Amino acid sequence: MIEFHLLSRSGVAPYLQLIQQVRSALRLGLLEEGERLPTVKEVSVALAINPNTVLKAYRELEYEGLVAGRQGVGTFVTKTVSEESVAAHQELSQDLRTWLRKARATGLDAEGIEAIFQRAIRSEILEEQAV
Amino acid sequence: MIWMTWRQFRPAAIAASATLVVLAAAVAATRPTLLSLYTSAGLPACHTACASDASNFLGSVRSSYTGKIFWAGIGIMYLVPAVIGLFWGAPLIAREIDSGTFRLAWSQSVTRARWATVKLTMIGGATMLTAGLMSLLIGWWSSPLYQAANQAGPNTFQISRLSPTMFSTTGIVPLGYAAFAFTLGAAAGVLLRRTLPAMAVTLAVFAAIQVLVPMLVRPHVIPPVQTTHAVSAVQIGPAMIGAHGLYSLGLLGISGHPGALILGNRLVGEAGQTLTRLPSACDFGPPDSAFSSCLARHGIRIVVSYQPASRYWELQSAETGMYLLLAAGLGGLCYCAIRRRQRAA
Amino acid sequence: MSIPAVATRGLGKRYGRHWALSDCTLSIPAGLVVGLVGPNGAGKSTFIGLMTGMLGPTTGSIEVLGGPAPNSPEQLARIGYVAQGTPIYGGLSVADHLRFGARTNPGWDAALAARRIQDLGLDLGQKAGKLSGGQQAQLALTLGLAKRPELLILDEPIASLDPLARHEFLQSLMAAIAERELGIIMSSHLIGDLEHVCDYLVVLAGSRVVLDGPVAELLACHHLVTGRRRDGTSLPPGVQVITQSHTDRQSTFLVYSTVPVIDATLAAEPVDLEQLVLAYMGGAARTTPALEVQR
Repeated sequence: MIEFHLLSRSGVAPYLQLIQQVRSALRLGLLEEGERLPTVKEVSVALAINPNTVLKAYRELEYEGLVAGRQGVGTFVTKTVSEESVAAHQELSQDLRTWLRKARATGLDAEGIEAIFQRAIRSEILEEQAV
Repeated sequence: MIWMTWRQFRPAAIAASATLVVLAAAVAATRPTLLSLYTSAGLPACHTACASDASNFLGSVRSSYTGKIFWAGIGIMYLVPAVIGLFWGAPLIAREIDSGTFRLAWSQSVTRARWATVKLTMIGGATMLTAGLMSLLIGWWSSPLYQAANQAGPNTFQISRLSPTMFSTTGIVPLGYAAFAFTLGAAAGVLLRRTLPAMAVTLAVFAAIQVLVPMLVRPHVIPPVQTTHAVSAVQIGPAMIGAHGLYSLGLLGISGHPGALILGNRLVGEAGQTLTRLPSACDFGPPDSAFSSCLARHGIRIVVSYQPASRYWELQSAETGMYLLLAAGLGGLCYCAIRRRQRAA
Repeated sequence: MSIPAVATRGLGKRYGRHWALSDCTLSIPAGLVVGLVGPNGAGKSTFIGLMTGMLGPTTGSIEVLGGPAPNSPEQLARIGYVAQGTPIYGGLSVADHLRFGARTNPGWDAALAARRIQDLGLDLGQKAGKLSGGQQAQLALTLGLAKRPELLILDEPIASLDPLARHEFLQSLMAAIAERELGIIMSSHLIGDLEHVCDYLVVLAGSRVVLDGPVAELLACHHLVTGRRRDGTSLPPGVQVITQSHTDRQSTFLVYSTVPVIDATLAAEPVDLEQLVLAYMGGAARTTPALEVQR
């Protein structure tokens, strides 16, 4: 079963962290199809966070089609990362590598590159939330 | 709330019970000695005119260890209400405010009113019970002495149930004192909110009241009897004769009225007018039979104001009632102060 | 419209000449975990005293769970309270405390209490005064929970606990609300304690409420906006400036805006709860007179 952890001051909302950890676990094959996620109560107690936060994360994952909740039984993984997404991820990796080479060519160091990257991610998420 | 009050009171209850057991044992152990002195003075056999036997008995008690025990008993009865007030009354509510536990108590499903009522009545009852039992034990032990004192008339041992020293320690007034001291402590605790200051105030106020009441209030609770006697009918103690005549006559007793509490006296002439000086013919010498016959020759008699010994229980009830009323008032004050929602302290 | 946990109108409390709380009008929804934040002396304990019936208001009114502040057995049973310093009876044992709860609360859930004590590993015969600070807090929490209230009010329950005890206390609290519908109002002067636990926030400063609302909404509507030095009025319309600071080249604004701040010359970032609370508390401090009586 997956075990969640929380970074308090990462600037990323807790519910998003949970979602990311589920997605990442799926990708790495740590979570398999049909496997049960910990209950809302278990997670909220383990991390000392509001159960509503966990509920929000689980609902979002359900909306994305990654998990499905069954009344009285629990929340179960419905699909793992599919072949198509793996291929899509390959493409994304390539694109990223190209971009990185360009960035290095302009003279940016690793920290500078990370700063641009973080800024872009944050504003993407903000726009997404606002929508 | 009843269980909780008992549980919080349990250590005090155990201490009080232990003290009572020890006291009972001491009383049981020392009474035979007292009784043997009583018997050897010939008192059980005596039915009339036992004054000399009684005096002998009292003298033998005074000169023996048993006399010290008697005074110890008096001392205990003085202390008990004060100790109860200090240690059961003052911390009753002050300690909960002090330590903040009142916030725990008042957030359970019992109202403050019920909390206060149960605490005050349960522990108040316990204080009266404790004081009552102690008074009973010590009173039972001392009963031969008081009986003999009545028979002996004025004596150098000066035991009298009505005398200021001993009235407070016998009968039912200790219950009243205990109830008063307890509610005084509780009220001080509610108003001052800290245990130690409450104890200090309780002690001060209680001591003051205990000094003032016998002096100013008790003699007049029931209007005293006033009768006129021939000077030969009273036992005169030290008479203080001043430079300008009579200063005051100290009376030890009135014949035929053993154990009376004498409050005042004045000399009156034939026409009933109050005299402030003695006729010069009688104005010297010790207060003996010559002195009395001199005054009698001049038609001078004495008016004595006193409480007869038979009024003992009346006076006890009146004083106990007074203190219980005070206690009830203080209890009511506590209750109202707790219900007021001004500060959480 | 469900009954709010706490509804106040113009609520104020004065001691002598000092107003410990003034002009408080809000409606806190039921069933949420509500954080009551503010510096020491801001009126948190006073507000809690008014909610729990320990204090009476000087002006205004307060309603808790649709009824008056608790003074009757029925209302007292619906509202639990754990006071500051989590007071317990030092001379009584853990079992005595449970018995106390059982005897004074008709709604007492003995099974719940017993289970919690067992889970916590507390010795029933141990005198409560000998427990550690964290254990005492947990005992007080057990007493508050086992009477099955609809609303549990806690006054700085974790302020004096070490980090581990703090974490365990919050875990206990989260377990309790995950099990059943229970509203919580918890005060603290440290926002860090509350940020992941609360879904509603009330900020007090200078004896007044300076901010209140659902946490998610507050975080979504506040942004930290930076850009070249400019005046606050030149920001896009609908954007309300909460705090601002300027250097010779740069201006930084903490703003409130229900719509995203889209401006090419500005960078907008989300704020975290601590920045937000500090901004509002700081704003209040600037408008309060300097001679504010501190407790």
